[in-house]
Amino acid sequence: MSETVSLSFEKSVKGRYTDVVSPSDAPACTLPQAFRRKIAPVLPELSEVNVDRHYTQLAHRAYGVNCGFYPLGSCTMKYNPAVNQAAGSLPGFTHVHPLAPAHAVTGCRAVMDELAADLCQITGMDAFTLQPAAGAHGELTGMLLVKAYHEARGDSKRIKMLVPDSAHGTNPASAAMAGFTVVNVPSREDGCVDLDALSGLLGDDTAGMMMTNPNTLGLFEKDICKISRMVHEAGGLMYYDGANLNAILGVARPGDMGFDVTHLNLHKTFSTPHGGGGPGSGPVGMKAPLAPYMPAVASLGQQSKLQMKAFHGNFGVMVKALAYLKSLGAENLRAVAEHAVLNANYLMKRLKDMGYTPAHDVPCMHEFVLTLTDVKDTYGVSALDVAKAMIDHGIHPPTMYFPMIVHEALMFEPTETESRETLDKAADVMADILAQVKREPEALHTAPHCAVIGRPDEVKAARTPVLRWNHEA
Amino acid sequence: MSHYQPHTETETRAMLDQLGLSSVDALFMDVPEAVRLTNPPLLAKGLSQMDTLRAMEKLAAQNTAYRLTLRGAGCYDHFIPPLVSQITGKEEFVTAYTPYQSEMSQGILQSIFEYQTLICELTGMEVSNAGVYDGATAAAESATMCRERNRTVTLVSACAHPDTIAVMRTYCYGTGHELRVIPAVDGHTDLNALQTMLTADVAGVYIQQPNFYGILEDVPTLFAAAKAAGVKCILGQNPMTFALLPSGKEVGADIVCGDVQPFGIPMAFGGPSAGYMTTSTALQRRLPGRIVGQTIDAEGRRAFVLTLQAREQHIRREKASSNICSNEAHCTLTASVYLTYLGARGLTTVADNCLANAHALAKALCAIPGIALRYPGEFFHEFVTDLPVAPQKVEAALEAEGILSGLPVEGGMLWCVTEKADASQLARVAELVKGVCAK
Repeated sequence: MSETVSLSFEKSVKGRYTDVVSPSDAPACTLPQAFRRKIAPVLPELSEVNVDRHYTQLAHRAYGVNCGFYPLGSCTMKYNPAVNQAAGSLPGFTHVHPLAPAHAVTGCRAVMDELAADLCQITGMDAFTLQPAAGAHGELTGMLLVKAYHEARGDSKRIKMLVPDSAHGTNPASAAMAGFTVVNVPSREDGCVDLDALSGLLGDDTAGMMMTNPNTLGLFEKDICKISRMVHEAGGLMYYDGANLNAILGVARPGDMGFDVTHLNLHKTFSTPHGGGGPGSGPVGMKAPLAPYMPAVASLGQQSKLQMKAFHGNFGVMVKALAYLKSLGAENLRAVAEHAVLNANYLMKRLKDMGYTPAHDVPCMHEFVLTLTDVKDTYGVSALDVAKAMIDHGIHPPTMYFPMIVHEALMFEPTETESRETLDKAADVMADILAQVKREPEALHTAPHCAVIGRPDEVKAARTPVLRWNHEA
Repeated sequence: MSHYQPHTETETRAMLDQLGLSSVDALFMDVPEAVRLTNPPLLAKGLSQMDTLRAMEKLAAQNTAYRLTLRGAGCYDHFIPPLVSQITGKEEFVTAYTPYQSEMSQGILQSIFEYQTLICELTGMEVSNAGVYDGATAAAESATMCRERNRTVTLVSACAHPDTIAVMRTYCYGTGHELRVIPAVDGHTDLNALQTMLTADVAGVYIQQPNFYGILEDVPTLFAAAKAAGVKCILGQNPMTFALLPSGKEVGADIVCGDVQPFGIPMAFGGPSAGYMTTSTALQRRLPGRIVGQTIDAEGRRAFVLTLQAREQHIRREKASSNICSNEAHCTLTASVYLTYLGARGLTTVADNCLANAHALAKALCAIPGIALRYPGEFFHEFVTDLPVAPQKVEAALEAEGILSGLPVEGGMLWCVTEKADASQLARVAELVKGVCAK
């Protein structure tokens, strides 16, 4: 398995092909010279078997949550149920043109309407747009809704968006793309928003505040109602980053905590697969006063200040999320959160008992953060070293070096779909690694040792970028 | 009724005991009482897997199933080889996260590196990113890439897809930049108007090829005018047409972008698909989103990693080139498999067939009294005809035989024909349209 896999281009044999389509029976047609390509593209020339085996080799060098434990913090890598995939593959959904006449797409509309209604119930929002394609795209949508809202009221001096220093990197980036000036809100020692600092930052230039709750430390912001009140009193709106909704599904709703607008990640909380980085879907819920600025679809003749992408959004992802909600039902929503939080606390306790240090030694929600500064200081072994060692044990590492306010951070999110024995095995692995840290710390600097490659030279990759294969080479 | 948590009640109990907790409710002590839900959200009761699938099948069955689709306008019904779905359905590809841990993700990283190469070959450009949400957001992100301190305005042709223009306008609204629309004349971007609009504050110009009306624009001339004024040129092109049409490099583009949906990705009511973005080495550090690079590991073996990350939000936060994090990786994988399987030969056959079939239908329709091509010029697989009757009548007549007509536009119809249509079907379409027009 440690043999490198040649690129498809390197496997190419001149003249090899498979006839997928035969020439049309219509009279052949040629474009004038000015519209004809001079230099032909070089694509691989392979047989069907070549192609199939090439990608099978690549698949063997990949790892998904359906392969094993994937406790990547803030990413909610829960199992992706097969029934959702089956629903998403129905030709009645895949073979539908986005601009087909309204009477021909009532099934698609029903999927979107039902999903939006369910999401309203789950979050306590009044309306949802399903157009955004991912979480960050949803954040941008939400920021633009906030901007349009203030603008319509003639409140044009509200240019500041408050973002806690524990926030996901997308939060400040999204606020900036909506034209807001980002203002950092410091966290207290206990990891939650510093209310005194917040109070000093609020004013008549406050457009709003973006929050994740539970926050990226896996802690529920206990003062949330007070924070919302403070921001509202200053005339700002509250934005909820739904990346961590899994922790409170059926337990509490952002809408009840004072949030005015929220994005959700269907590819996290609602079990749709991540596909190696996407497609996701980032629906945005809003309270009624923001609904007039909802994104529209220009190609359907609709008018709005906002449109986030072509057509209706990532419909194929919505189908899977609706199938998930239909199978789960009202009665099982809360169990998702309960088991997600139970699993996180269980794993955190086992790791703590064996000598790892939680960044905050209090019960957590769906995820928790370890700080490995003591390991680093005593043995010279970093969070990166420990994460890489996990790969040798067949576990996907947790999120590393995030949130930025914790040094040598490892952020674990086991999710509710993992069994006790999986958590116990992961804990045993972490114990083995800790023993190795004490026994032979140097060995960890070069981990992993059993993966298909050792540590790649990332500096070389960035300094002398090779971003495509070249046939001259 | 269905659930995916494995714990038995005994296990849950034992785990709670180990934590010293009396009940699961104790896990949520930090949630203020005032916001704790006392009743579950108002969703329907859960269904078994069998009933879930049945309910979803029932919804799917409400949609009209057409046997032939003659509508395009940014979403195209091409043949998807079974091998493509078989490969992309592999669970390692479907259920992986973003390849942050390169040692565990070499397969995905290599597939993206191959994707970047495939797209560079098609567009003739030097660098590609790993993709963005779709063609419209690719256009908006491309506009951002062109901006300089004193050049901030973006020009977009009125002949671009209405959704693309709307999304570009939305992104400009966010950052407070101006978008100006170049008018159309005879279904083409108005060159004379463009020349007057190339002022010193213009950063970039976006031209769609083929344009929304299916017409092939004279891109080299439009871009030459822009370049002479120091303006960067963005080409938004249906990538299928690169099998036949000049590459982005050949027409003088600085950035080439678009949507890879035609490459093996189902229509799926318009999403998901993926946007592609390519440019020159000079502009590579302005590209948004993920980029995969080749390097070596400690033993000198070839390895692939996410690279040039200093552009990205998780490092740069509010100073990042874009906020994009998740993209549409599985769709770019699909496009790669499609292109790798078809090769240049297969892709050219598909494109040739689209061209031949579209021209065959155009000819047959234009033989009907009262029907003519609305705009002069060359086209690929889409064209607009005038109609002597309301377009909805044509739509209804074709639908009665399971055919989705072209898209009604301004009293006429925007037709699209792909390789999936055959001569007998197209003859029947012409017959049906003739029947409606004769009434």
